[in-house]
Amino acid sequence: MAKRVGRYTIRFEKAPAIKSYASIAGKKEGEGPLAKEFDEINTDSTFGEKTWEKAESRLQNNVLNKALQKANITPASVDIVFAGDLLNQCIGTSYGLRESGIPFAGLYGACSTMAESLSMAAVFVDGGYANIAAALTSSHFCTAERQYRCPLEYGGQRPQSAQWTVTGAGAVILDLNGNGPFIREITLGRIVDLGIKDVNNMGAAMAPAAADTISNYFSDTGAKPGDFDLIATGDLAFVGSELLKDLLKEQGIELKANYSDCGLMIFDREKQDVHSGGSGCGCSASVLCSYILNNLCSGNFKEVLFISTGALMSPISIQQGQSIPAVAHLIHISNRP
Amino acid sequence: MAVTKAEYINMAEKKSPNSPIAINMMWAFFSGGIICTIGQAIMNLYEMFGLNELEASSATSISLIFLGALFTGLKVYDKLAKRCGAGTLVPITGFANSIVSPALEYKSEGFILGMSAKMFTIAGPVLVFGISASVIYGVVIWIFRLF
Repeated sequence: MAKRVGRYTIRFEKAPAIKSYASIAGKKEGEGPLAKEFDEINTDSTFGEKTWEKAESRLQNNVLNKALQKANITPASVDIVFAGDLLNQCIGTSYGLRESGIPFAGLYGACSTMAESLSMAAVFVDGGYANIAAALTSSHFCTAERQYRCPLEYGGQRPQSAQWTVTGAGAVILDLNGNGPFIREITLGRIVDLGIKDVNNMGAAMAPAAADTISNYFSDTGAKPGDFDLIATGDLAFVGSELLKDLLKEQGIELKANYSDCGLMIFDREKQDVHSGGSGCGCSASVLCSYILNNLCSGNFKEVLFISTGALMSPISIQQGQSIPAVAHLIHISNRP
Repeated sequence: MAVTKAEYINMAEKKSPNSPIAINMMWAFFSGGIICTIGQAIMNLYEMFGLNELEASSATSISLIFLGALFTGLKVYDKLAKRCGAGTLVPITGFANSIVSPALEYKSEGFILGMSAKMFTIAGPVLVFGISASVIYGVVIWIFRLF
């Protein structure tokens, strides 16, 4: 059974093993620096469907099937799936997983959904409530633009702090036994809001949540940033990751060269015109399920901290003048049991 | 958190890069100017074909709206606007783009409740304030003419 360490952290005794994982990326992501890491790059942003929402559902369906196929199992052997997306009522997920036949628990954690769903899956597997559990999420540039911003063909300019929603998805399948990598610890975040109201500066809105969760993890466990080969936040992008470093420095935690952000890894900011960097549930999900887990499996990385960050506003709360609350969940993944 | 909200908002402002205002203004100035020059050329053409000034200016507006809608449909207008900013937003072509782009976008939710209802999500306020201002202006003129 897992036990609690400090106020916020859960340490798994029988660290659940990652049985398989899969990532699917869109065209623009496939032109970025991580192109060769993804399982699949789909250059048709409609994914063969008639609407963008159906495209995102297709994306989730495909990524789950890909992960199942890599694990060489059928949906019938998966006991539960935790999943979510950015759309109202999480329709990307519920329509995408409609035919899977796997018991389903939908989650909304905005862009923190990958770490949130993976945490839940790990708790279920470690507790013995599931032998095999799946965690997945996705985002699609076109559905996110429709829901949160302007029509695609509208002629507008974005400020420099704006981020580009990743079209992509990631899925992880956990097993009680396996060769790893292993989920060792999780720290679930608190909702933090330091008053940022600008929806074109989500990195700045989420950085304090990431700082809070990371410092909670270090104070709970006594670990240090130098103990990890990679500390990766979800989608703080350029502005947010700079702010995170400053916020942690004030608490005596220094992030060095082993720190990066998935929103900075997935795109080439200079060449791909994404302003501050990538964002969306699919950003941290597709980077985790490609570059990060590939390197953990190959032994290049031994210890990784993965922190997905989510901005929990809605277009309505923003129009009503409220600031942006954010949350960050941390997962410690290791390639030793 | 060690920092207060006020301190953090200040920190975030310092870290957020500013838009390149000088370059953006140059793009807006020249692109807006080019669109207006095209408009003038169209108007001269209509006058050459024998339309009077009032008719020619209405025909020019209609032509520019058509071009704005066409380039939106061809998925070109947003790419131009990314560079040109206010240069493509302010002329009447920008107004056409603001109506045609949601019309295209919300086609998937049906002809009535999708396309037709959402057509004015961006342009709606412009119409409300434009029409209200013209009514107020009309009333003011009417009052002055009483005396």
